Amino acid sequence: MTEPLNSIKLNTSKLFIISGLLLLITGMLFGLTGALQYLVPGFLKNHLSFEVIRPLHVSSVIFWIIFAAMGTVLIYLQQYTKRKLYSPLLLKVQYLLFAISICAILISYCAHLFGGREYWEFHPAFAIPIATGWILFIINFIKSLGGFRNQPVYIWMWLTGLAFFLFTFAESYLWIFPYFRNNIVNDMTVQWKSYGSMVGSWNMLIYGSGIFLMEKISGAKNYSRSPIAFALYFIGLFNLMFNWGHHIYTLPTYPYIRHIGYAVSMTELFILGRIIWQWRSTLTTAQKLYHNRVYRFLLAADIWIFLTLALAIIMSVPAINLYTHGTHITVAHTMGATIGINSFLLLAFAFDILQETCFTSPGYSKWFNRGFINTNISLFVFWICLITAGILKAKWQMAETGIPFSSMMKQLRPYFMVFFISGFIMASGFIILIYPLLKNQLLCYFKYLGKKDKIKYAEPNEYFAELNLVKNSG
Amino acid sequence: MSINLSNDRQRISVLFFLLFSFLCYSFYLYYQLPVKNIPQNQEADTGKLSWQKYNCNACHQIYGLGGHLGPDLTNVYSKRGPDYIKAFLKNGTSIMPAFHLTEQETKDLVSFLKNIDASGNSDPKTFTSRYDGTIEQH
Repeated sequence: MTEPLNSIKLNTSKLFIISGLLLLITGMLFGLTGALQYLVPGFLKNHLSFEVIRPLHVSSVIFWIIFAAMGTVLIYLQQYTKRKLYSPLLLKVQYLLFAISICAILISYCAHLFGGREYWEFHPAFAIPIATGWILFIINFIKSLGGFRNQPVYIWMWLTGLAFFLFTFAESYLWIFPYFRNNIVNDMTVQWKSYGSMVGSWNMLIYGSGIFLMEKISGAKNYSRSPIAFALYFIGLFNLMFNWGHHIYTLPTYPYIRHIGYAVSMTELFILGRIIWQWRSTLTTAQKLYHNRVYRFLLAADIWIFLTLALAIIMSVPAINLYTHGTHITVAHTMGATIGINSFLLLAFAFDILQETCFTSPGYSKWFNRGFINTNISLFVFWICLITAGILKAKWQMAETGIPFSSMMKQLRPYFMVFFISGFIMASGFIILIYPLLKNQLLCYFKYLGKKDKIKYAEPNEYFAELNLVKNSG
Repeated sequence: MSINLSNDRQRISVLFFLLFSFLCYSFYLYYQLPVKNIPQNQEADTGKLSWQKYNCNACHQIYGLGGHLGPDLTNVYSKRGPDYIKAFLKNGTSIMPAFHLTEQETKDLVSFLKNIDASGNSDPKTFTSRYDGTIEQH
């Protein structure tokens, strides 16, 4: 019997992406509540104060990235190998471990049970099921891949992401040992070493999937095996391993950590230079493929890669970082990277994988265009707003006037207001984009529940058909 | 010598070189942590765990890393003193809830903040920039 690998059946890999999309929605709602707490001091102070809302927001968004990246990698791996996964059972256990963990983590915040680390934090006990789930992911990936010889760059990137996430995730828990914890400088040095590289590891999963998808859309298969693709991969890996020092320039740690962080970060200029060099060909491809919804997300991510990378390189110069560190410019950089790059790329994968259902949504094209434009324009306003607030905070940090912190925050209120409004419009844009995708998947699932043979495609996926990715299961 | 990345052998050589360098860097750092000979301070260590238990980092920064809703607390101990910190911890503010800490938790947190204060100065004004973009604290 022949069964298409990209069937509309709601399998476990797709469930990762669908769960990720739900987490994106909750993450945005928590983010908006947090933004409101900047505007209305004391809002929900006694029920959901900021120390509860912030981890709810951060963990929801990071788990959106991780869930969607895991689902995408597993689905694209099957399309690449033209085989099913080694073990659907391992996949189900992996999903359950992650799903139960995220639910428990979100509930634990509401019960005021925290890990208390900066950025991504939850009680250390939850790290055990997450690490176990990740190990199952690695086993399933490697067994399904079959071999390591002569693989394209995206396989290298996926393997790198898989290995480094586990290493850096374990490293981020070294603080539980007093040897690492008992001095703040030692603790923060190791913490930011792990977090800097951890972000790089999930970026490897996402960017690798981006290359796979771009080749799938364009039909050209030569880039992923070219020397330039590997050269850029090694620059990315070099940065993942060694550029983390740029997070802690003002920490009284070893000067060599700062120098290595600075020097390595500057190698990203090669990537920036290549984006500028390729601008013309990007525009030509954009004109050709703009009608394709999936490609439109890739194009938006390309623009955000340029903006975010330029800002990151500027911030990595220690003399400039002195001004930007601890201000909202850092937040602008994080938001640009998580929303503009990661989320747009993940939405491209989600649309590629989930848009093919047994239902059509009449008039969806019009809504898609509105959602897409809304999201991009409001993200740009949001980003500029944060940069402006950051510049004002930097001025305050460097001034000798001694204006109290609370007065400085009052001066930033108009920017927080625009930040909230643009955040609200952006969240609406995302929901407009995501809602039909989720609705159609679920309706289709329930319509054909128990009637697997009767599934009919509403919109055959053209480029998928081209690739003829079918599997002989018998 | 030029690096030709068109075959697996060359790629694996580069990968192993990078991996080896990364592991050496990581384990050297674990072994030679920046601050050595740290005196035992049980109160400060417990204070750090209380800092994490109440998720203070969500709003406050240490060395510029943390949330943006409250001020950076790296040098609050030397700037404001222990009584000021205790008053804030006890009463909260219009934004910060009162956490109803025990007497011991308050003492531990103050000791933790004193320890951070002694580790260095986070004020960016205390740094000078060099022509090559690097910085130095004076």
